[in-house]
Amino acid sequence: MKLPDRKGHFGVFGGKYVPETLMTALEELEGAYKAAKNDRKFSEQLRYYLEEYAGRPSNLYYAARLTKALKGPKIYLKREDLLHTGSHKINNTLGQGLLTVRMGKKRIIAETGAGQHGVATATVAALFGLDCEVFMGEEDVQRQSLNVFRMKLLGAKVNPVKSGSRTLKDAMNETMRDWVTNVRTTHYCIGSVAGPHPFPMMVRDFQSVIGTEAKRQILRAEGRLPDYLMACVGGGSNSMGLFYPFLHDRNVKFIGVEAAGKGLSTGMHAATLERGGIGVLHGSKSYLLQDEAGQIKIAHSISAGLDYPGVGPEHSFFKDTGRAKYFSATDGEALDAFRLLSETEGIIPALESSHAVAYLAKVSRKLKKSDLVVVCLSGRGDKDVDMVSRILSEKNEQDR
Amino acid sequence: MNRIDKKFAELKKPGRKALVTFITAGDYGLQNTKKLVLEFEARGADIIELGIPFSDPVADGPTIQVSSERALKRGTKLKDVISAVGELRNKTEIPIVLMGYYNPILKYGVNKFISDCARNGVDGAIIPDLPPEEAGELISASRKKDFATIFLLSPTSTPDRIKLISKNSRGFIYYVSLTGITGARSSLPAELSSRVRLIKRRSKLPVCVGFGVSSPGQVRQICRAADGAIVGSAIVREMERNSAKKRFIGNVGDYVQKLAEASH
Repeated sequence: MKLPDRKGHFGVFGGKYVPETLMTALEELEGAYKAAKNDRKFSEQLRYYLEEYAGRPSNLYYAARLTKALKGPKIYLKREDLLHTGSHKINNTLGQGLLTVRMGKKRIIAETGAGQHGVATATVAALFGLDCEVFMGEEDVQRQSLNVFRMKLLGAKVNPVKSGSRTLKDAMNETMRDWVTNVRTTHYCIGSVAGPHPFPMMVRDFQSVIGTEAKRQILRAEGRLPDYLMACVGGGSNSMGLFYPFLHDRNVKFIGVEAAGKGLSTGMHAATLERGGIGVLHGSKSYLLQDEAGQIKIAHSISAGLDYPGVGPEHSFFKDTGRAKYFSATDGEALDAFRLLSETEGIIPALESSHAVAYLAKVSRKLKKSDLVVVCLSGRGDKDVDMVSRILSEKNEQDR
Repeated sequence: MNRIDKKFAELKKPGRKALVTFITAGDYGLQNTKKLVLEFEARGADIIELGIPFSDPVADGPTIQVSSERALKRGTKLKDVISAVGELRNKTEIPIVLMGYYNPILKYGVNKFISDCARNGVDGAIIPDLPPEEAGELISASRKKDFATIFLLSPTSTPDRIKLISKNSRGFIYYVSLTGITGARSSLPAELSSRVRLIKRRSKLPVCVGFGVSSPGQVRQICRAADGAIVGSAIVREMERNSAKKRFIGNVGDYVQKLAEASH
């Protein structure tokens, strides 16, 4: 059966848990998306922008030196970091941007954590002539100042969010509040496979271009399907995009890597699927980091893009059905992977993507040399260089 | 007949309208919450809404966000809110409904929530992020206990949704006056009265209007078309203004009395 069902459910997960004011907008969006999906002109337009503007297809690159360094399976990197704006987020924002124009809405809003989705939304807003406002937790505004400046250059207004933990979760709250207020003129461009139906489905579909290409590319390169797909999971859009086209290829194992922050035992992490419980946040039912009273816990990760206490509902479904397995990597492990990939391949990865590389580094010796692994390199690390240099110099001071 | 239905039946005879007051339970402490409920009743409030504090109140503006944070800082839990109502039931028969986001209720257990509420004299619940489509379990548990499921309608609701919400609501329908979040506004949308009349033509349930209502004048305006007005943020602000004062309860009561006079 094709999921989600008519009401947006993936098993017990998903759905539409939103204020009444948004229900009509969601129905309208669902209708517009369905019509667009069946419209050849829309797909052609989207493909045009993905190829000519964003630079698709992205390469599937055989990482020979990383493979050698890790002494394990043969590693391919899906190079979403090479896309325009520096991450996979553009795949989704181009789709939703075109849809916004199609619905006749003139304003687009977005939440952002690391700023990658904010930049991708601001970019598309500039491209299609839409007004754009981005909500970003105050803490993230500070740790991702480069992306804040990029968004402003692109003509977007960036609203620092001061409530709660001042990170992605609160940015999403604030974007929802704006949407409830301006729903008649505004499209909320959710950046992950999260939120109320139809977002998890729609964002998955837009991101599936990652996996569709990867499948074609690995077959061409190796003549067979990979044994493992690995990707980091915050809300889970790059991983879902990579996984989904392989859904029925039962021998292809899906591995999602969450942020273990300072360590799972410290409580300061963002490992929603590994450590969370089922709940409702931001419009859908999914795993959540919450306390025994159902209050949402604050997530922690060195990577702003993974610093989120929820996860897309289809990932929760994959976890419960066993279709995907979820593990985690700590801040320290991600930093090591950040350097490892920089040094072995000359590729500076985003801290988010570094988590996937970090997990692979941890387990590579347990895998067979004949195994084939595709890792989604969801974004590039330019935005993180500043912070990493600060952390590394602090560490050097301490070591001295 | 539960307390809410009885209240609207009572109000019908003299042609009066309901003043519904909202405060967050546990804001300035649950002891004060209980005192405020009794004070509001004495000052003419007809229905009490108690907010269940939540970490991520997406339908609320700054005033109620902050009041929710204050209540959480004091460690207010859903079970304490329900027992506070139980304690109030020794002293008052005013209808009391809980308003809160779904996650704390889901975590508490939907069936347990309804049965504990019913046992402690809570008359109904308003859950802004739970549309009827996702509320099957809550609705069926509520029907067994004559517990009111109060769903919301908004300016963007289509005729189909008015029908759906009317069918699944008990007690009253909560009409959200504007597209937006809670919080005092200086003026209300011009089409408010016509929207309320439209809903009333399609539903037999009383319709109360909330969001943005902040003055006796607005209460009067709403009560011309609707069956009641709901005031939240403005009362919470009054609490903030008086929080350090000796006559905290009485001063907030003075304000509620002005609102009640406008509704009656």
